[in-house]
Amino acid sequence: MKVYADNAATTYLSKTARDRLIQCLDEFNGNPNSLHSDGQRTQEVLDEAREIVAKCINAAKPNEVYFTGGGSESDNQALLSAARGLAPKGKKHLITLNIEHHAILHTMKKLEKEGFEVTYIAPQANGIVDVKDIENAIREDTALVSVMFANNEMGAIQPIPEIGALCKSKGVLFHTDAVQAAAHLPIDVQAMNIDMLSMSGHKFHGPKGVGIFYARNGIRLVNVIEGGAQERGKRAGTVNVPGISATAYALREGTENMEANMTKVRTLRDRLIEGLKDIPYSQLNGDPVKRLPGNVNWSFEGVEGESLLLHLDMYGIECSSGSACTSESLDPSHVLLGMGVPVEAAHGSLRFSLDIENTEEQIDYIIEKVHEVVAFYRNLSPYWEELLTGKREHCIPEYWNA
Amino acid sequence: MSLYSDKVMDHFEHPRNVGVIEDADGVGEVGNPLCGDIMKMYLKIEDDRIADVKFKTFGCGSAIATSSMATELIKGKTLDEALDLTNKAVVEALDGLPARKIHCSVLAEDAIKAALVDYYTRSGREMPESLVGFEPHED
Repeated sequence: MKVYADNAATTYLSKTARDRLIQCLDEFNGNPNSLHSDGQRTQEVLDEAREIVAKCINAAKPNEVYFTGGGSESDNQALLSAARGLAPKGKKHLITLNIEHHAILHTMKKLEKEGFEVTYIAPQANGIVDVKDIENAIREDTALVSVMFANNEMGAIQPIPEIGALCKSKGVLFHTDAVQAAAHLPIDVQAMNIDMLSMSGHKFHGPKGVGIFYARNGIRLVNVIEGGAQERGKRAGTVNVPGISATAYALREGTENMEANMTKVRTLRDRLIEGLKDIPYSQLNGDPVKRLPGNVNWSFEGVEGESLLLHLDMYGIECSSGSACTSESLDPSHVLLGMGVPVEAAHGSLRFSLDIENTEEQIDYIIEKVHEVVAFYRNLSPYWEELLTGKREHCIPEYWNA
Repeated sequence: MSLYSDKVMDHFEHPRNVGVIEDADGVGEVGNPLCGDIMKMYLKIEDDRIADVKFKTFGCGSAIATSSMATELIKGKTLDEALDLTNKAVVEALDGLPARKIHCSVLAEDAIKAALVDYYTRSGREMPESLVGFEPHED
């Protein structure tokens, strides 16, 4: 059986997005910056896409929506704009979480080298930040708070409305990386007091290579890419109209079906959680309730995630792992370590990210195969043997949520 | 190109010589759980030959494949031949490893050396010069 359970990495292109992409490639191939008829017809497609996106996130005006090359570019744009834009006013302090995506963390590191000061806040053990910790970190010279909407690895949903209200009351800009949340969780940039927001089309069944950046009017944006006057002069480069239009259509479809999708995917998620919790010395990472509808991140003691992942792949199950061996660095997931998961448990983690296309039958197949594979590698593991014989100490309890 | 060669995947999917030798003449364990890999090798020595070898490994696909290949390369060989096994030979026998997985092959070589050190120590035989002062690599 083939089971795709890596939707946090990327989703399949939906039929709606695919049809729109092809239609635009065929019918709207002009450059929207051209003044002739072909160009202007394409400009209308771009305008429509901007209006759709604005409506989906309840932006006050379509011109607050910019299209970029991806979620990472949107994140870079947000951080660099806030930092460089407010530095002349003496605001050289930024706040973020230590579990953010590298598009945030690496940009923060770059800003530190430029002389900015960054506070990295660790979440609580359930992966959710305590808003008081953010409040305590805000200073006179704080320019920006950037907190992700929901975590890509362990799914915890952050208290975005509370952080938005806090930032508004303190006069600090608030950016959220909503790459995992868009089209999966309700987003209302006005009600949630979000000043800037990042999204990525391929995480909600749109094509790859299209990002969305929302910035409330009045925020001074600093260009990341210089060149022509596209996107109100804020993002140069000939606009990828087919990709953008397909992305907008995918976002609209996901937003319109959100309630039903959330209910269905949550049911699958909880079925998987129920099915895995009888494996001893294993645990769910991240809050069991306040988590992305499709995310299950599980640690198994005594085994290593990459071997589990490769073996599951042989059974047709595609997922991901937070082990060091699946990363480019020598350390396991900074997210799991950042929320206090022991290193040994982070090495033995798997992430399943489910979607509406998954079925109960597939979930039961995952449960069966995970049991089999974990038992197989524990039998092969001298570490597991040493845990059983008491030569080494367990780092997680015998049963999760017992 | 996929991450691993067909040979690596073969040894990962069908690891050879998995298990424990209860009355082993030499046992070596290297690595630690914080680094995400531990290899344990068991040797049975008869007439200065590796009469049997078994392993258990906690680690990624290439850690398991390198353990398996390393045991295949020394099984039936003389002690001197086993001593000469290098991580490079393991990598070559597996048709290569990704650069960041080379440390797995070093771990496999170290696990065999650690088991040989244990054998010479236990048997009271003179330690070969190449094993004197042996320390496994930092993982």
